[in-house]
Amino acid sequence: MSDTLVIAGREFRSRLWVGTGKYKDFVETKRAIETSGADVVTVAVRRVNITDRSKDNLLDYIDPKKYTILPNTAGCYTVEDAVRYARLARAAGVSDLVKLEVIGDEKTLFPDTAGLIEAAKILVKEGFVVLPYTNDDPIVAKRLVDVGCPAVMPLAAPIGSGLGIRNPYNLKIIMETVKVPIVVDAGVGTASDAALAMEYGADAVLMNTAIAGAQDPIAMAEAMKYAVHAGRLAYKAGRIPRKLYATASSPIEGML
Amino acid sequence: MPDAIRIHVNGESRGWRAGGTVAELLSELDIKAERVAVELNREILDRAAFAQRSVRDGDQIEILSFIGGGSGR
Repeated sequence: MSDTLVIAGREFRSRLWVGTGKYKDFVETKRAIETSGADVVTVAVRRVNITDRSKDNLLDYIDPKKYTILPNTAGCYTVEDAVRYARLARAAGVSDLVKLEVIGDEKTLFPDTAGLIEAAKILVKEGFVVLPYTNDDPIVAKRLVDVGCPAVMPLAAPIGSGLGIRNPYNLKIIMETVKVPIVVDAGVGTASDAALAMEYGADAVLMNTAIAGAQDPIAMAEAMKYAVHAGRLAYKAGRIPRKLYATASSPIEGML
Repeated sequence: MPDAIRIHVNGESRGWRAGGTVAELLSELDIKAERVAVELNREILDRAAFAQRSVRDGDQIEILSFIGGGSGR
């Protein structure tokens, strides 16, 4: 049975999305992504190194025909910068997709949610498919949908922190509040975090450091693939309610 | 051929000939046009304009492309 994720008319096979930063080299990046089974990969937009042209290009390893390239506005701290980078990403690439980040603070890398909503509004008007990296705040999620975002991407925990889902209740409220797909983005540390996000009902999980920073990134990529899949299946299967006391699994009838 | 103009490419000042186009600059820098975005004095150029727009003295040119990245920083 197919279980594709649809965002703004685009179909995605995988519910695990991955970043391409922090790997040892492009060969490792490519292997990790292949192993993860992800079909959406995030990239950053930066100045081309014009003095040393010997360096390989990421897109020589990640085929844009095979993967959905999702450019981000990482490193942008103002609405103006985020909008500028989004426009540059569109000019450099082939699609209107953008992972919108307006970072509020260097230490936490938490989003500047006021700036995020403002930037989203501008970019949606320009025809972008805006996927916003946001806080685990249901009201902000609602505002982002109101200005035209076809999905929201709340964080589990600060970027690269590996803390896992710090506020599962807020994530659940977000899932009830907005009717668009929810991609839990950032903060995952290990496979169980990703599985939990999916069990709570997230539509996808996006991660980078949890895989790239693992001692064996390729093995972790595989673990994440199964975790996201298992979490999704468990969510759809419907878990049993939590109860304080035991319920016997074996019948009493027939006992001596 | 002497450098007739000075331009700023990705924050670095360099000499260049007068009358050259953006497309010619990219090719001289060994950069594939189909993988980059170009800003000329803060205006993002359509790829189709690379061959038409000529670079003038004092121009600020930014050439960007995709690199590995997840989030933040």
